[in-house]
Amino acid sequence: MASPVRSPHPRENRIVFKNIDGPGWTNDIDCYLRDGGYEELKKALGMKPETIVNEVKVSGLRGRGGAGFPCGVKWGFIRPGGPKPVYLICNADESEPGTFKDRYIIHQDPHQMIEGMVISCFAVNARLAYIYIRGEFPEGAKILERALAEAREHGFLGKNILGSGFDCEIYVHRGAGAYICGEETGLIESLEGKRAYPRIKPPYFPAALGLYMCPTVVNNVETLCNVKHIVRMGGAEYAKIGRPNNTGTRLLCVSGDVQKPGYFELEVGAVTMGELIYDICGGMKPGRKLKAVIPGGSSAKVLRAGDTYKMKVKQPDGSMADGEVKLEDIPLDFDSLAAAGSMAGSGGVIVMDDSRDMVWALNNINEFYAHESCGQCTPCREGSLWMKKITDRMLKGAGVHQDTDTLKGVADNIAGRTICAFGEACAWPTQSFVLKFRDEFLATARNGSQASPQEKNGGSQ
Amino acid sequence: MSAELLNVQIDGTWYQFPKGTRVIEACAQAGKFVPRYCYHPKLSSPGNCRMCLIEMGLPKMGPNRKPELGPDGKPVISWIPRPQISCAQDVAEGMGIKTDSPMTQECRKGVMEFLLINHPLDCPICDQAGECELQEFSVEYGNAGSRFLEEKVKKPKRIELGPRVTLDDERCILCSRCIRFMKEIAQDDVLGFVSRGSHTYLTAYPGRLLDSNYSLNTVDICPVGALTSTDFRFKMRVWFLKETKSICTSCATGCNTIIGSRQDIVYRQTPRENDEVNSCWMCDAGRLNFHYLNAENRLRTPQARQSTGLADTSWPDALARAGESLKAFKGEEIAVIASARMTNEELWMAKRLIDALGTSEFDVVPRTGEADKLLVSADRNPNTHGAQLIGVTGSTPGARLSEIAEKIRSGAVKAVITFGEDLSRAGLSPSDISKLSALIAVDILPNETTQHATVVLPGSGFAEKRGSMVNGKGRLQRLNRAIRPPGQARDDWEIIRDLIQAIGSESNGVYLIEDVFKQIAQAVPDMNGLSLSKIGDQGVSLVAKEAQTA
Repeated sequence: MASPVRSPHPRENRIVFKNIDGPGWTNDIDCYLRDGGYEELKKALGMKPETIVNEVKVSGLRGRGGAGFPCGVKWGFIRPGGPKPVYLICNADESEPGTFKDRYIIHQDPHQMIEGMVISCFAVNARLAYIYIRGEFPEGAKILERALAEAREHGFLGKNILGSGFDCEIYVHRGAGAYICGEETGLIESLEGKRAYPRIKPPYFPAALGLYMCPTVVNNVETLCNVKHIVRMGGAEYAKIGRPNNTGTRLLCVSGDVQKPGYFELEVGAVTMGELIYDICGGMKPGRKLKAVIPGGSSAKVLRAGDTYKMKVKQPDGSMADGEVKLEDIPLDFDSLAAAGSMAGSGGVIVMDDSRDMVWALNNINEFYAHESCGQCTPCREGSLWMKKITDRMLKGAGVHQDTDTLKGVADNIAGRTICAFGEACAWPTQSFVLKFRDEFLATARNGSQASPQEKNGGSQ
Repeated sequence: MSAELLNVQIDGTWYQFPKGTRVIEACAQAGKFVPRYCYHPKLSSPGNCRMCLIEMGLPKMGPNRKPELGPDGKPVISWIPRPQISCAQDVAEGMGIKTDSPMTQECRKGVMEFLLINHPLDCPICDQAGECELQEFSVEYGNAGSRFLEEKVKKPKRIELGPRVTLDDERCILCSRCIRFMKEIAQDDVLGFVSRGSHTYLTAYPGRLLDSNYSLNTVDICPVGALTSTDFRFKMRVWFLKETKSICTSCATGCNTIIGSRQDIVYRQTPRENDEVNSCWMCDAGRLNFHYLNAENRLRTPQARQSTGLADTSWPDALARAGESLKAFKGEEIAVIASARMTNEELWMAKRLIDALGTSEFDVVPRTGEADKLLVSADRNPNTHGAQLIGVTGSTPGARLSEIAEKIRSGAVKAVITFGEDLSRAGLSPSDISKLSALIAVDILPNETTQHATVVLPGSGFAEKRGSMVNGKGRLQRLNRAIRPPGQARDDWEIIRDLIQAIGSESNGVYLIEDVFKQIAQAVPDMNGLSLSKIGDQGVSLVAKEAQTA
């Protein structure tokens, strides 16, 4: 299948996406080898595993799945020489609405990911690894199977890889279509053949009690690809890309009301929100104004245009000092977005213009989370559907004045009280939408008819 | 070996707990009960209900990596900003817990509200009402009103999950206790959740039923009205039930029970926790084995044979008739068929009767079946051990039965006294039985033996009397009276005492069951020094007592 050719934007720094959409680039191993593929694996196999772990620590690489946890620290939790086998899992369950980066790696550059995985396995001494790919990527799963077979034929996988004495095998496991399988402990349960109910932490931290109760590393596709480049460049060199504590590049997926949505690989923090929207994505649609941005996948808290955000700002002399910035001036890095009250999350930037009804937008998100809540723990199970029902009713013109506060109250009762981060994922949109666009919610509720909600719903309390 | 003690602060007070104590248990021990739904001490902790959220902290570490100490010399606690579940973590040195802080209260209110929004709230017609943890915790920790204005989720109702359990999925709060019980304890992983989110519901594996012999334990541990006993539901409001601590008499395990009764009718039996015997569980067969107590055809009146057949009579007359007919025979012409279902007190009196009669023709009727790996014993008699200790049977119960049967057939034995046993179960045909010149039957239900009896003396069922039994593992346990025996039926030990007197022997000085036990305690070395009250609700291991004295 020929890829639609699209040249990178000049402001991009393509490392992981170097070959995505490249002219003449194909996803077979020959093409990958012609580009110097698996050279980093050869290099890594000549290094000590602990050296690789250390390089990754030095690189400052943070997880690209959503939480942004330092990858080297995560690997450091695996104690070398333990009695149990170590497993590595590549989380390819890319499901966060607004995120579509990993699928391009899987579809167009699977060997980059496999090389990153084998290196990572070598670093943490995992002999067995799994790629957990979401069920909605059937093509991706086929491509990975073929790529794994090719890697096996070439001796990059299997017994005694490249004569190093290191054995490593990778299997593809397809999910069955549940968002929660992207939560690492839910993923592990699913991989074990059970319902993807996330595990309680403590005690079930994957690094100690992961897959089959063995030490397990779970990394995102993009994170594992970065490992290959860290081996190539060295951790210190990699750390020069981006900003301190926000190193490397990020694959940003821009969707919504911009002229040119798409995916872009940008140095972390090198570009502001405004530059992303107006320079890189061609600005808003004609006659439209920016209203809001969800910066890191649908679970990230929404940011309102026109608001100012308190954070450390780079001064003309290069030092950092407290300051206030507009939405458009927020640098796209982990720490700045966190300071702005949201998160870099999975890199899914959802842009909304002034034509958007925020109650509708929240209802859309609520619907997703109500559908995807696994149902294991009470607050998320009951709260996610409740919030959806409220916004649903508001949109039907049956809102009541207390809906806005009830929405916030319900979300507050979910966040921080659940087994896994899904609680936050479903509560943060409601908390932030209601906080930032309170007037809009109150107005929608007010516009509801004067009949009691029970009458309008035909429901019972 | 005593476990290491850890210092833990609960609601401002420092306590010490052995290492390995669950936080939720530590709180309970400190008198700070933490509400819970999914947590059960005998099952794994999934942490899913979120009802037991508490505020938790760990010692604040100083720059020297040692805990900072406050003015009271105790560690300064650094509180975790997020609430933590208390059901899945063990206490740690210097841990701080707040079970009643504003954050904790808020969490509980939130969880209660969530649990109730899709709950039917039809308590007036729900059979769990009165013993529903949803009701109880709602009153204790919840809000009076609800903010929920939406339609509730619809789910399957009145599902026959198995032959003995009925499920209402709308009432289910998805705590998963039943699933874990079936998987972890009953070893039959038949229950599970299907569908997702708020639409999740409990069901059995496709093509399977919840038909385990332990299925009713899921009803006990269900904190709400989702799982109900098909046998018990809608029979009686639980607050009307009188609860009597007793033991199950369906096999030699002797599971500890609570008998729920009202106005002399037993409505249900539920297990009572005893880690030395049955943990928190009992089998369905034993649990439901009480309906015969309420049977229409219970023996209610003493009967004596007239020329026209059996006729009702008074106790004095029946006892006198029994005494007269027995006195006509020599000791070796009389056999006593006792039962390993009798209490120790009854067996003791039976032994005294045997001695008074001077017969050596006596035994009990064994009952055996297949044992399971959990609670059901191969010995289906509850007190074989007691019968052996008291000497009403030997090391092989029932070993003498065939000889006795032979002597009845040959006419060597002319009179038989039976205690709760039917001679047809002891290898005798109706024509053999009809050869007997005298047949005194003490029983609670009619059978082949009572039909042929010369005197029928109505006794009491297990829930109608006090007494003690020794289970298969040598544990002495107590039965207690929950209901009165029907009609003129009497306590069996008293009947036997009066029989002894009726044959002209001494049995004075035995007015109370305590007196009977006192005699046993003096005569049976294993029970020396014990009394009925000393047995207590949890029983006494005679094996351990032996080891102690040895």
